[in-house]
Amino acid sequence: MSAEAFISLLIGSASILAPSQPFFVPPGLIFIVASLLIPVLRNNRIRNIYLLAIPVIAFFDVLRMQEGVFYRIDFLGYELVLAKVDELSLVFAYVFVIMAFAGVLYALHSKNNFEFFAAFLYIGSSLGVVFAGDLFSLYIFWEIMAISSVFLIWLNNETWQERRKAIGAGFRYIMVHATGGVILLGGIILYILNTGSIEFGQIPYGDLASIFILFSFILNAAVPPLSAWLSDAYPEASVTGAVYMTAYTTKTAVYVLLRAFPGVEILIWLGAIMAVYGVIYAVLENDIRRLLAYHIISQVGYMVAGVGIGTEMAVNGSASHAFCHILYKALLFMGAGAVIHVTGRRKLTELGGIYKYMPLTFFLYMVGGFSISAFPLFSGFVSKSMVIAASAEAKMPLVWLMLTLASSGTFLHTGLKLPYFTFFGENYVEKAKKIGTGKVKEAPLNMLLAMGFLAFLCIFLGVYPEVLYRMLPYPVDFEPYTGQHITETMQILLFTALGFFLLLKYVAGEPTISLDTDWFYRKGARVFMGFVKGPLAYAAQFPVNIANHVIARVKWFSKSPVSATFLVIATGTYKLFGTIPGLQPEHSKILIEEAWKNYPGEPVRRSPVGDSIILVLLIMAIYGVISYLRP
Amino acid sequence: MRLSDLVEREEYKRKLWRIFLIMLAVTVIADFFVERHVEFVWEQIPGFAAFYGFVSCVFIIVFSKWIGHKWLMKDEDYYEKEETL
Repeated sequence: MSAEAFISLLIGSASILAPSQPFFVPPGLIFIVASLLIPVLRNNRIRNIYLLAIPVIAFFDVLRMQEGVFYRIDFLGYELVLAKVDELSLVFAYVFVIMAFAGVLYALHSKNNFEFFAAFLYIGSSLGVVFAGDLFSLYIFWEIMAISSVFLIWLNNETWQERRKAIGAGFRYIMVHATGGVILLGGIILYILNTGSIEFGQIPYGDLASIFILFSFILNAAVPPLSAWLSDAYPEASVTGAVYMTAYTTKTAVYVLLRAFPGVEILIWLGAIMAVYGVIYAVLENDIRRLLAYHIISQVGYMVAGVGIGTEMAVNGSASHAFCHILYKALLFMGAGAVIHVTGRRKLTELGGIYKYMPLTFFLYMVGGFSISAFPLFSGFVSKSMVIAASAEAKMPLVWLMLTLASSGTFLHTGLKLPYFTFFGENYVEKAKKIGTGKVKEAPLNMLLAMGFLAFLCIFLGVYPEVLYRMLPYPVDFEPYTGQHITETMQILLFTALGFFLLLKYVAGEPTISLDTDWFYRKGARVFMGFVKGPLAYAAQFPVNIANHVIARVKWFSKSPVSATFLVIATGTYKLFGTIPGLQPEHSKILIEEAWKNYPGEPVRRSPVGDSIILVLLIMAIYGVISYLRP
Repeated sequence: MRLSDLVEREEYKRKLWRIFLIMLAVTVIADFFVERHVEFVWEQIPGFAAFYGFVSCVFIIVFSKWIGHKWLMKDEDYYEKEETL
């Protein structure tokens, strides 16, 4: 940064303190500033109080926020806005802060202070994105998000995790997001050049700038084929780290899509495909958190489709579904994480029969399972049905059918397959014995409390949807609890259950992994490295080899130039005519072989005079030939 | 009765199945009585959602497992294996 830029930033920051501002701080900054103190807090009790207090403070801070544009900073002739507040950003801010509290509570037993540090930076930067009023600060927070979240993967030092896998997955994660970040930056610069404004609002879709920006947004929203980073990386994060990750990256992406690209038609189809895509992969998955990760992709599909439909109801549906989704998906990850934390096992094929030892975890997980499946009286029902109803209202039968199919698949996996094979399963008594029933017990209290907190919210929102509906960007004209909605939903879900139990022996997990689009860069990297080590390395070495060869020849020649000359000429003559003129063929062969063997040969060195005379004779002979031939 | 009896003892298992089947019937029958707000043709058919839910479930399982076994599913050490290129 140049000195001029730095000074203008300083002056800008000072203007924050001006008394005309309303009394609140951008909540993102609370988390980012608070994170700096975490690594030095050694006392566990003080640390825990501090960690829980920050989200509470941030929550009250968000409550104090009022709609408008605050915290403007002049920066090199542009205006940075750190707090552009409206209904849409507030919906996301509330759920982000609530989620921060639940995530911290769930992780409270952890001794890994740096994980909390990374998590707070991650949460803070996500809130920064939500309140960013300009593209420049959006970009900065966007990048902090990517960089801080990768540490939630790298810092996974739990005993069940293969370190190598976590590190590899983290590198792939950060590479993908770095690529997305560069494309976003390119899009932003083009946008500024085209429009002259850095304000972040609705972006007209169509030109190159908007395509770049949209590309980086849907990369973070995990729209296939740009989705593999999510299912690759999240299950390698620590039990506690993954819970934060489920909430923020994809949902900030949904937020920026809602802000910038409502009603862009391609998003409808991407969203619908995404919803089905996640469900299909979830069938094949054996790792319990990877199965849930594929369901994040599926659920975010509903939100992306809602953005694409772009009507008031659809936008409301997307925002409210993001709100509910964060809560129940975190609950599901917490449940699966508790199982991994206690048993040290993460695969369906290695789990089973533990419901007796972890009944509370099972019960709380099922609340999340019913919520994501959109059972009436659970939170998913009041938000998912709004997106589906919006597709009906917009007269899109195919989208309706795809989203409904995905609903069936959601219940099939998160509500039936995963809990059945984790907590029950075939031969569950033996399976439980193998896991070691002695050490399997309920998860730590803080984990259960965090899950209880989220389970309460899931049911609360399902029973009192008005609380959520009142927060939404547009006035809500939608009643979830109609007879038709309830019978339709119950039929779909219960007949899915029927299908599940009839096909039970075909749906069990299998010890495999599934190819996804990460194949292209995982195998592609290997092909690339093969190319670097093989052809590219050879090509780079080629001129060096030639030079070495020439040097070796010159060295050889210079050892005894005269005999080398005669040797080469004699060998050439022999090869050409089969004999040296004046000698028998066999004699000349022996002579040449001897000469090669003796080269450079001591005697030659001993009579340098002879050499000179021969050289003089040679030159005279050449001279004679030339003068004879000259006309 | 303990919660674990529900899944461990055969007579409760059979009872659960019966309750489940009754619930299925109730949801379908209820469809004949609810007030309808029709956007698409199929929403007029009572029990369509039941049919679609079942078909979706079977389709997802069969299709995924088919494409998985044909193509997508690989050994767990697929990415670790050193392959000669």
